[in-house]
Amino acid sequence: MLTREQWTEKFVDVIAHASSQLPPDVVTALRRGRELESPGSLAAKALDSILTNIEMAKGNWQPICQDTGTPIAWIHHPVGMSTRMLTAAFEEAVRQATAKQILRPNAVDPLTEKNTGHGQAPGIPSVHCEEADAPDVEVHLILKGGGCENVGAQYSLPNAKLKADRDLEGVRRCILDAVQQAQGKGCAPGIIGACFGGDRGSGFVESKRQLLRRLDDHNALPELERMEQEIFKQANELGIGPMGFGGKTTVLGVKIGHLGRLPASYFVSVSYMCWANRRAGARISPTGGVQWLD
Amino acid sequence: MARLNLPCDEKTIRDLKVGDFLELSGRMITGRDAAHHWLVHGFQQEVAPILENSVIYHCGPVVKKHEDGHYSFVAAGPTTSAREEPFQADVIGRYKLRGVIGKGGMGAKTLKGLQEHGAVYLHAVGGTAQVLAQAVIKVEQVFQLKEFGVPEALWVLQVKDFPVVVTMDSHGNSLHAEVERASKAKLDALLGLSA
Repeated sequence: MLTREQWTEKFVDVIAHASSQLPPDVVTALRRGRELESPGSLAAKALDSILTNIEMAKGNWQPICQDTGTPIAWIHHPVGMSTRMLTAAFEEAVRQATAKQILRPNAVDPLTEKNTGHGQAPGIPSVHCEEADAPDVEVHLILKGGGCENVGAQYSLPNAKLKADRDLEGVRRCILDAVQQAQGKGCAPGIIGACFGGDRGSGFVESKRQLLRRLDDHNALPELERMEQEIFKQANELGIGPMGFGGKTTVLGVKIGHLGRLPASYFVSVSYMCWANRRAGARISPTGGVQWLD
Repeated sequence: MARLNLPCDEKTIRDLKVGDFLELSGRMITGRDAAHHWLVHGFQQEVAPILENSVIYHCGPVVKKHEDGHYSFVAAGPTTSAREEPFQADVIGRYKLRGVIGKGGMGAKTLKGLQEHGAVYLHAVGGTAQVLAQAVIKVEQVFQLKEFGVPEALWVLQVKDFPVVVTMDSHGNSLHAEVERASKAKLDALLGLSA
């Protein structure tokens, strides 16, 4: 078994991977967007700059974006492993990654308004440990920047203004409204993670967990798969474009999950992820072997 | 692509229009939430000569401190400008700024300030922290580092060919307002909410 210090080392690698290496499916979606935009347009130039930046960050193992965001991790661990140890190891990994400029010192104490300087504070990073029936530890991480986090939105249905009732059509209306409200401020073209149902807390967590999905995957539920495709198409008809410059590429993907709800509540929680969808996954064996997951 | 050297005069700025691509060279300074709050509460003498006829960059960089004490930018893309909306027009007027660099655009109050004082809003591509850090050739000095921390401090930079697009000019035009209006009309159509 690995020691806590060894887990920290593994987690620093996962953080470095996420910060500098954009997943291939995201790069493919950005390239496809670039082909759709008119040559010479602001949208095309923005995407050119984005694609150049991705290559530079990748080659130099440097942060794709200076806002290295909130590290949000899901750690699946075998039965009997200490979640306190794993969480502490991950927190230490964030401090070490910050010292190495893999991450920006990105944690502020809102009481004193002081930056802690080492990237860590209560709630940062956000670590979710889940027990699983496998001998390996699987870690999935996203680095979610503040600009895109600020444009997330939560709706309580029914919503008269959007004519949104408590059904899938209502969910569609909320998600499209959230994309329009966000404009380019979340660093469009973005990726939409959404959840309907749940409470105000669990709904947002699930919406973020949806962001772990590959852009080219398919929802296992046919009605949600259809809705993801429909919203993807319609969001791109809004014309917001890269950076909100106007254009055809407003979102790169839409991923929708659901949770049980109380009879009285119907929430739609929408998380917006910037184009710099810094997502990394790794399977780590009990002896420390690392297999990278897309 | 036009080149613009900083500092610059009002006439140069008045000639710029929404949609113009520019490459900036010369001296600029970073400043975001804490900096804007600080700049509007009093007149900060030590940074005033740097702001005059130059631009402020909404950026919270990743910075490396070298063994000999000098700093370099590791990653340096723009942050969301909308948060500075309450302060920006005042900061522009008080310190005679010629422009603002950020992302996401700004609102009506800033647009009016740009018109009144002869300044522009320059959009850098959000998230392109490596492309933009490469255009920062020197970190000259830093203000309020201890007080505000790395992302919020005011970093004085020499840049070369720093790429931006004019998205709000000094004649009352805003690409952001335009895209906002058009996308709202499209949304209303998609949701059957049109009047």
